[in-house]
Amino acid sequence: MTITPAPPPLLELEHVDAGYGPFHAIFDVSFAVEAGRVLTLLGANGAGKTTIARVCSGLVVPTKGSVRFAGEELAGKPAYVYARRGIVHAPEGRSVFASLSVEENLHLALGRGRDKADVARRVSRAYELFPRLGERRRQLAGTLSGGEQRMLSLSRVMVDEPRLLIADELSLGLAPIIVDEVYATLATIRDAGTTLLIIEQHVDHALGIADDALLLAQGEISERGDALQMRAAVQRMLTNQ
Amino acid sequence: MDNFFGGLTDGVAYGAVYALLAIGLVLAYKTSGVFNIAFGVQAYASGALYYTLHTSHDVAIIPAFIVSVVLLAPLIGVILDRLLFRFLRSAPEMSRLVVALGLLVAIPGIVQLKFDQTLAISSQGIVPHGDTVYNIGPAVLNRDQLAIIVTTAIVALAVIVLFRYTAVGLRMRAVVESSRMAELNGVNSDRVSMLSWVLTSFVAGLAGVLLPQITGNQVVDVYYTTLVTAAIVAAVLASLTSVPLALAAGIGLGVLQEWLNRFLPTNSVVASNIRPGLPFIALFLVLALDPRLRHRRGTTDPLANVDPPPPAPVAGTRSSELTWGTRIFWCVIGAIYLYYVFFHGNDSVLDDAIRIAIYAIIFCSIVVATGLAGQVSFAQATFAGIGGAVSAQLATQQGMSVILTILIGALVAGVVGMVVSIPALRLGGIFLTLFTFAFALAFENVFLKFGWITGGIFPEAEPRPQLGSVDFANNKSFLALCLVVLVLVSAGVVLVRGGTTGRFLDAVRGSQVAAASIGISATRARIVTFGLSAAIAGLGGGLLTSYEGHYTPTNWATFVGLFWVVIVVTLGPRTIEGALQAAFGFILFAKRVLPVWLPWLINHIQPFGHVGTLPAAVQYIFFGLGAVTYAKHPEGILEANKRKPMQKIQALIDRRRSSGEPPETATSGAAPA
Amino acid sequence: MTLLDARGVTKSFAGITALDGVALDVDAGEMVGLIGPNGAGKTTFFNCLLGMLRPDGGTISFDGKDLTRVPTHRRARLGIGRTFQRIELFAGMTPREHLFVAERARRGDGRLWKDLLGLGRPKPDELARVEETLELLSLTADADRPIEALSLGRGRVVEIGRALMTNPKLLLLDEPSSGLDHNETAELSQILQHVNGERHCAILLVEHDVPMVRALVTRVFVLDFGRLIASGSTNDVFADAAVRKAYIGDVV
Repeated sequence: MTITPAPPPLLELEHVDAGYGPFHAIFDVSFAVEAGRVLTLLGANGAGKTTIARVCSGLVVPTKGSVRFAGEELAGKPAYVYARRGIVHAPEGRSVFASLSVEENLHLALGRGRDKADVARRVSRAYELFPRLGERRRQLAGTLSGGEQRMLSLSRVMVDEPRLLIADELSLGLAPIIVDEVYATLATIRDAGTTLLIIEQHVDHALGIADDALLLAQGEISERGDALQMRAAVQRMLTNQ
Repeated sequence: MDNFFGGLTDGVAYGAVYALLAIGLVLAYKTSGVFNIAFGVQAYASGALYYTLHTSHDVAIIPAFIVSVVLLAPLIGVILDRLLFRFLRSAPEMSRLVVALGLLVAIPGIVQLKFDQTLAISSQGIVPHGDTVYNIGPAVLNRDQLAIIVTTAIVALAVIVLFRYTAVGLRMRAVVESSRMAELNGVNSDRVSMLSWVLTSFVAGLAGVLLPQITGNQVVDVYYTTLVTAAIVAAVLASLTSVPLALAAGIGLGVLQEWLNRFLPTNSVVASNIRPGLPFIALFLVLALDPRLRHRRGTTDPLANVDPPPPAPVAGTRSSELTWGTRIFWCVIGAIYLYYVFFHGNDSVLDDAIRIAIYAIIFCSIVVATGLAGQVSFAQATFAGIGGAVSAQLATQQGMSVILTILIGALVAGVVGMVVSIPALRLGGIFLTLFTFAFALAFENVFLKFGWITGGIFPEAEPRPQLGSVDFANNKSFLALCLVVLVLVSAGVVLVRGGTTGRFLDAVRGSQVAAASIGISATRARIVTFGLSAAIAGLGGGLLTSYEGHYTPTNWATFVGLFWVVIVVTLGPRTIEGALQAAFGFILFAKRVLPVWLPWLINHIQPFGHVGTLPAAVQYIFFGLGAVTYAKHPEGILEANKRKPMQKIQALIDRRRSSGEPPETATSGAAPA
Repeated sequence: MTLLDARGVTKSFAGITALDGVALDVDAGEMVGLIGPNGAGKTTFFNCLLGMLRPDGGTISFDGKDLTRVPTHRRARLGIGRTFQRIELFAGMTPREHLFVAERARRGDGRLWKDLLGLGRPKPDELARVEETLELLSLTADADRPIEALSLGRGRVVEIGRALMTNPKLLLLDEPSSGLDHNETAELSQILQHVNGERHCAILLVEHDVPMVRALVTRVFVLDFGRLIASGSTNDVFADAAVRKAYIGDVV
């Protein structure tokens, strides 16, 4: 292996503080994700995982620190700029437009900066991946079941080919069999070269797919390491309690 | 046959106006999530400017059109979006409706600072030689009518194309549901929402210059608002979503109205009472009967919790000492004021005090409906009017004791309130408010015209009450009576708020499904509150009628009721304190502050020029713009602004007793992580 | 003794059959699980039990009474309590106030005239009952904090407390562990066991967390595509090949 100067990491947070009005959620968070790698955020509820995800997609503007994507400083820019750079964030809970149809949801997500034929091709690929969505393309997304809504956001991610995918609690409220499918899908996305940032309550699932992991406690990073090391750390944490 | 075709062609032209306005309402609702009740006054602004330029200053049609419709109207849209609605994207639908209501009150005030609408008679439409008549087959239409029909058709087509086939239409709808999720899809929400407002306001401007042609060539704000109100029925029939339905419903309504006009006997009750009220009766029936509107739940923004949590209400942050301190402070102020009124004030001051007391009672009814139950009712003036009319009727016709008639009037108003609330129960949010609006307008346009309700043109006189040997004909004793009633009503409201009903209402407001899961019936809670609120309003109505000596319909006009909502919402809809502040504001602002106090103050603090009496319009601007802050400060802007001084006083108290126990600080609720 | 007895419950929306002759029973004091993949009809069934939807066919009886025509808020008075998958709390109220409102609702004496006479204030025995439930759920420390300041896990416990104040004979829990982390889930399981033991109320648990279901319930019903595909004792059901294929997915 020849030694070349390392390219900048795809996503890099440095000394980030953020919160909601008077409420401070994360303190002095710094980490970097190399292109093509999978990072998972672990920690109890309230530790600040979702806030970090929101900082990475521009939903929450950090009060301090910098957010760099492919070397470009994005902190303070509106969320749509992040999206246009190729960051796709599937937020926790409902992440589709309930008042738009399945097809409209897909068009909205894929329409920007692509020509019509390309969009149509991607939409039909989404229906190939999830035939159930194809059957319901005119149905309002709000009337889909929880699992189908999740399929819709996943299908969008798969055919969109983002540079960075932020998946927040994708398995929430899903039956075990569907959780397995979701993770199989994420693995495909990873194999296609997409960088992933995953937040997950199921530690086993998350570490099964991740290269690296961060453990958060009370808004700060308490431990970091590769997935193997972190599995041991999480075990320690759980047995201590 | 002539009547049939004449009605059809005229009806289509008239209906095209309804359709244009209804499409505007649907467009605004779909692209900005606001039920824009101020659509008519936006149109009025453009109409007024066009009239001023073209008719008064002889500017040619095209430049006048460009300035008033192509420039001013979108500019208003940009201002509204930038300064107001972009901050309200995650706010409840109801808050946005109240903000629009504030605009409805404020914009005409602003326009009238520069524009005297009494001069705006016989203005000309934008079509040259608008009265040129064309025969198209059996139809006879003039140019003005053709212009309206063609414009409506073009706008309808453009809006349909926008929603069906364009990406920007899709983005507009996405931004309305969740601007943040739209941003995650790469949509620049700010720009899209500004575009939505520009587009809607342009349609409003277009309507603004076309409308005078069918309102007898007059540019008067009330005509615009009334037409928009009539058009609401078409928008509601379209469930606020379907443009083709809005078009069809608007034209259908126009044709129906013209046919009724021609085929009904001219001197019947139906012709004089039903016909002008037709749109409102239709709205009432549609809202009560249309199953599509029931249990309609607005989609909520799943990312709303990215916003910082709202601060706790001021009243809740006060410690018990401070609460008592505030109460004592207000009692002392009240005692001084009353001492002045009773022993040193002249007749005019006494008159102010009596009206303030009565309006404070009426505004307590808004505290019950809005502050406790979280419902916005546009029919409070109607309920108060019903109380006044019943009591006047009984006192003069039946010769009953006036005290008793006032109580019966309140009871009748309460029962009417409950009956009105029953069909409205299945409607949520803005549709419930629209239902009260339809009821108020239908009542005003149909029932009030019957002599047996109000005494017709010569309204029933109502004497002052008598209780044993005390005769309340004396104004001072009448004031004492009003104060007693006010104290009783306030105590009742406080007890209800702190009692079971208040808690149940809090629960229902917090989560209706959860309240049902522990056995609380939202239905019953709402009927009770509507009844109570209407009864309180009716009580005030009876008192005012007795004070003035006769029933005065203008006191109880629906639009007066809208202004009440605006003023109470501005000054504090949650508390008795707020109702009192609103009553002081309502009476004193027009009578004392604008003509005397404010000019005096201005003339004393600046040396540049003398200011005379300020125009009454300032009052509407002031309170209208105050209500615009409702979404940000649901407890009222005055209450919200008490926060800082109150916190300072609290800090002082805390410092003084900081000898050990930790200070009681306000927890403002942590955000979700 | 059978407390809840649902038979042949059928419901379809626009031609799609969401529930097809579902039968389910719960005995007094028993803990029962209801599982199934997403879209299997669990939520629809739940809504039928609670009266938010009216079934097209079948009967639901509770404690010997037919529920078909009973409105939602009355079912609560008959003894059915519930919690929500997406937490539904009353904004601006403390946990103590949540429990107090439920206590008032149980007594069913929310007359307006009583309020007007000043009789609406909390009574000592009501407050005592609230205190008792707060202690049962170890909520005392959080009792007077604003509800917005509580974590999701605590919020779920407040929901359970609110439901308990109505003296339910049956508690319906809709995915109570959804969104909770490992520790919160463990704590919730403990509380449920405690509640079941102390208050003897039956629990019907809809849940995706298989270890939690296995640890708590004695019997399980499994729905798939609106039909009951299995029911019986927990161990038998989780050993069933059809269930593993439809739900857990480890049998190919």
